[in-house]
Amino acid sequence: MISEVNKFDTLLVANRGEIACRVMRTARRMGLKTVAVYSDADANARHVREADEAIRLGPAAARESYLNIDAVIEAAKRTGSGAIHPGYGFLSENGSFVSALEQAGIIFVGPPASAIAAMGDKSAAKARMANADVPLVPGYHGDNQDDALLFEEADKIGYPVMLKASAGGGGKGMRVVEKSEAFQAALEGCRRESRAAFSDDRMLIEKYLVQPRHVEVQVFCDSHGNGVYLFERDCSVQRRHQKVLEEAPAPGMTPELRQAMGNAAVRAAQEIGYVGAGTVEFLLDADGSFYFMEMNTRLQVEHPVTEMITGQDLVEWQLRVAMNEPLPCTQDELTITGHSFEARIYAEDPDQDFLPATGKLTRFTLDLAGAGLQADQVRLDSGVESGDTVSMHYDPMLAKLIVHGVDRNAALATLNRALAALDVQGVVTNRAFLQRLATHPAFKNLELDTRFIERHEATLFAPRDYSPEDYASAALVGLHQLTQERESASPWDRHDGFRLNAPHTVRIALNDPKLSQSTSETESSLVIVEGRRNAGEQNWHLTVNEQTFRASLIPLTGDAVAITLDGQRRRLQAQQDGNALILADPNGEIRLLWQRMDAVDHGQHEVQASFTAPMHGTVVALLVEAGASVEKGMPLMVMEAMKMEHTMSAPANGQVENFHFKAGDTVSQGDVLLDFAPSE
Amino acid sequence: MSMINSQVNPRSDLFQANAAAMLHEVSKLRELNAAIAQGGGAKARERHESRGKLFARDRIDHLLDEGSPFLEFSALAAHRVYETDVPAAGVITGIGRVSGIECVIVANDATVKGGTYFPLTVKKHIRAQEIARKHRLPCIYLVDSGGAFLPRQDEVFPDRDHFGRIFYNQATMSAEGIPQIAVVMGSCTAGGAYVPAMADESIIVKEQGTIFLGGPPLVKAATGESISAEALGGADVHAKVSGVADHYAENDMHALQLARGCVSRLNWQKRGKLAMQAPEPPKLDPAELYGIVGTDLKKPFDVREVIGRIVDGSNFDEFKRYYGDTLVTGFAHIHGHPVGIVANNGVLFSESAVKGAHFIELCAQRKIPLVFLQNITGFMVGSKYEHEGIAKHGAKLVTAVACAKVPKFTVLIGGSFGAGNYGMCGRAYDPNLLFMWPNARISVMGGEQAAGVLAQVKREQYEREGREWTIDDEEAFKQPTREQYEHQGHPYYASARLWDDGVIDPLQTRDVLGLSLAAAMNAEIEETRFGVFRM
Repeated sequence: MISEVNKFDTLLVANRGEIACRVMRTARRMGLKTVAVYSDADANARHVREADEAIRLGPAAARESYLNIDAVIEAAKRTGSGAIHPGYGFLSENGSFVSALEQAGIIFVGPPASAIAAMGDKSAAKARMANADVPLVPGYHGDNQDDALLFEEADKIGYPVMLKASAGGGGKGMRVVEKSEAFQAALEGCRRESRAAFSDDRMLIEKYLVQPRHVEVQVFCDSHGNGVYLFERDCSVQRRHQKVLEEAPAPGMTPELRQAMGNAAVRAAQEIGYVGAGTVEFLLDADGSFYFMEMNTRLQVEHPVTEMITGQDLVEWQLRVAMNEPLPCTQDELTITGHSFEARIYAEDPDQDFLPATGKLTRFTLDLAGAGLQADQVRLDSGVESGDTVSMHYDPMLAKLIVHGVDRNAALATLNRALAALDVQGVVTNRAFLQRLATHPAFKNLELDTRFIERHEATLFAPRDYSPEDYASAALVGLHQLTQERESASPWDRHDGFRLNAPHTVRIALNDPKLSQSTSETESSLVIVEGRRNAGEQNWHLTVNEQTFRASLIPLTGDAVAITLDGQRRRLQAQQDGNALILADPNGEIRLLWQRMDAVDHGQHEVQASFTAPMHGTVVALLVEAGASVEKGMPLMVMEAMKMEHTMSAPANGQVENFHFKAGDTVSQGDVLLDFAPSE
Repeated sequence: MSMINSQVNPRSDLFQANAAAMLHEVSKLRELNAAIAQGGGAKARERHESRGKLFARDRIDHLLDEGSPFLEFSALAAHRVYETDVPAAGVITGIGRVSGIECVIVANDATVKGGTYFPLTVKKHIRAQEIARKHRLPCIYLVDSGGAFLPRQDEVFPDRDHFGRIFYNQATMSAEGIPQIAVVMGSCTAGGAYVPAMADESIIVKEQGTIFLGGPPLVKAATGESISAEALGGADVHAKVSGVADHYAENDMHALQLARGCVSRLNWQKRGKLAMQAPEPPKLDPAELYGIVGTDLKKPFDVREVIGRIVDGSNFDEFKRYYGDTLVTGFAHIHGHPVGIVANNGVLFSESAVKGAHFIELCAQRKIPLVFLQNITGFMVGSKYEHEGIAKHGAKLVTAVACAKVPKFTVLIGGSFGAGNYGMCGRAYDPNLLFMWPNARISVMGGEQAAGVLAQVKREQYEREGREWTIDDEEAFKQPTREQYEHQGHPYYASARLWDDGVIDPLQTRDVLGLSLAAAMNAEIEETRFGVFRM
């Protein structure tokens, strides 16, 4: 046991995005000087802007920058950083990094290399957990990675099974296999992803529990032999094994179960000589039995929900432990106050299979006042600000919205308000999807398990049918924007539909983007809202589908507006992103595309069957030969972008005439990838 | 900047009565306007629509930028002029924004007598071109017309300002660099064929537009050749064979889209320069105009109350406030544009006339547009005034008004009688645009005065002949004259004959003037050279 005091006055954060910003925030509060590191893609990123100093690591590719151990250590030396906080991801659970730091005499804010190694190899970790009397899920964690053996083991465990990269995390190199016929293909896919992400393709197999909840326990150990648990978090709502919504405490826990799981978690940590913040993940079955799944030897993305309910700053704890101080609290001193949720804001399009989105964030704000929220109810941990660019190089998570309430219902209501108050423009996000999740009756009613999203797919992804009131409200935002007084002196700029001796008339054409996916983008799919008002009138008479409303819009603070339809006044957050009119309230969002009537193309154009790259990325594989006849739905090509694979499938029966790229080529958004001739 | 201090009491009986009377007039105007907007009646509309064609007003709506204002001219043209109904004289004209540029639009309404040209149709079309020339605005012709209305050929064909003038204007405006764009959305027969042919760029709609000098019946009669309209001069002929049209449109909507494209490629620059201010709505409530003005011309009102409800921030810097105070002059802004305002506040005396001339000189010198608010019974009469030379002082005002080259806009907000009309920039003095309020009246003198003058002449005749003329007889004699003047002095009568550019709701005056001023800024403001002022 080390007992000398490890003081340092400069902290380097070897990470980017929201976690780098969040760590530096606490470090600054503790009087430390902060040092950021950055890749070329992040030269002016928020974490760099907020740091006292920043050092360039290398090119955009993570391997050459944020994963470049030598460069990070060099940066620490150049800046006189006595300690390095790794955040999560990147080098946070990399044993060689920790060893290199130990040699260089720089403090690693995290567990010793031995503890990371013990947990990093999932198969070995299970064995040690068994020793420490921590319950385990049936599975295969052996070193023999022969395909045939793995296949046999899977059969032994019984389908469905989960294939996981031994070195993995974050949902990469991880797949559920429902039946034996699909095993080989899944194994190859997992290995490919795992190699790309971790340079390691060893796999483990586990029994796949059908309705398990994902409950994790936050533990903390110091170098003086103390260990506590800071209660649990429920991370059941996941998509492709990526957490989406997290909460603390876990609903339905009894004090006994909480204590049992907490003690098991501390045992697990102490078994491997753990120091610092760690998370022990359990699968909690419907009958109350729980199984050790893995231990994350880092600060978790979702740590803020624990902070919200315990009133502790976990980064401060980490830094104090790194300074060899004892834990700030004993187990008895830790209590739970209220309830907290965290929603992860991703730059991705839920309506397009969660395709990651890139581009310039023309706006990224949280309008608390407009949504009627207090600052102590909501916390936004963000790595970006208005004007920042979301690049293709890293994880698409932009920020985390964390809320606190006196109980679960209050916190959930606050979450819904806060989601409505979030205004992101320029880049598509999962905000609306989060709203659909968080307003889902089953979520409110605690019908939680890790397959929540899959089970409720029909309702979570169903296009919302907009009411005439919805169309009228959205049109009103458009009308308000068209007709508001401008700086420009020309009354011709007012676009108020001025007509002499007749009501001023403006038509707003609205297109539901969800509906227009299924129908072709023709004028007939448009809903026309006609606004009329006489000279001198403030109210519009809006006609939608032969229904007429007396309507007005009054801007309130921030994005908030009051929309009154036939005397019924509602408060909404009005946001506009390009041609999308967005109205958000705690029940969800209305998102309609404002089709400028004067920009519609009325000419006839032949429809070309071509595939364009949905974003910047790399071609991984061509799955058929040029000239091949294919059936509808057959995969044709695999692209990798934003660290995820995307498969292009045939839209109809037909023939692939030509590929424009080969495997390994880099493609830009909008590039034509292949020519396709439908046979019908 | 000084804000106008309003003395109006909106709770007074007079105000309430005035407001009700004006609202009644405005409602009548809106109803008439709505009826006229229906064009040539249900049957003609049905036929038009069944051919897959858009109505003229819908064509304009789709041509304009989304939400663009449309400042329509003379919607009442030909109202109760001909034995047959010709709504809007069968052609819709006005200024609207197309691809961000203010353009004059001339759209034939084929539901009205097949879009044929009555005498007032010609006058309205030419007036729109005049406005385009004066404001330097690109012209877009949405052509759908059978050409001249043959039964009235003597009133539409031969004279200087008849049909031929349309093409003269196209040629000379094009020469001045004012773009001429034609969209052929129906027939362009005979003379009409020159609208697209004389245009800088033309668009023709497939299976709808036809262009020919002689239609199939004339061809058959002249040469015996039997040919369909489409084969003789349809879109395929002109876009692919003859080159008379430049762009081929699939349908009306596509044609209008192509026209928007043409305008977007004009490399258009506004030439007018004014020291603009950020626009600001009037602080006084414009809705009170109704109650201030009313409809009884005999009830005076302070014109400053009107000005304060039209100009930005109700701010008005008066010039020579205490001199010649029956004419109010001063500087203000309308929708950010600096303007000089000349407004009547009683009969014109020598001092007021001279003051007006002085003020107009100031505005011409500084290149500030002028706005005339007419409410004028005329110049003062009587020996005192004749002897002090009111004729020459009045002449100074008329000279100044006539020669001032700054944009001039006139609104008849009350009476417009006699030489007062001249001194206050009536139609003959070439204001850029002239509008009337529904309560206004226009004639050489008031009906009562005219009846009185005529009765006086008659009485003298009776007296010479030694005959008796009772008061009742005189009253009976005067009544037809009063009625005639009331009828002919009515804004609808005036507007039907294009003595103005439209009758407008007083509440829309500020916007109408703002739109007009902004449109006028497409043209450079010229230097003024005044004629000889008789001193």
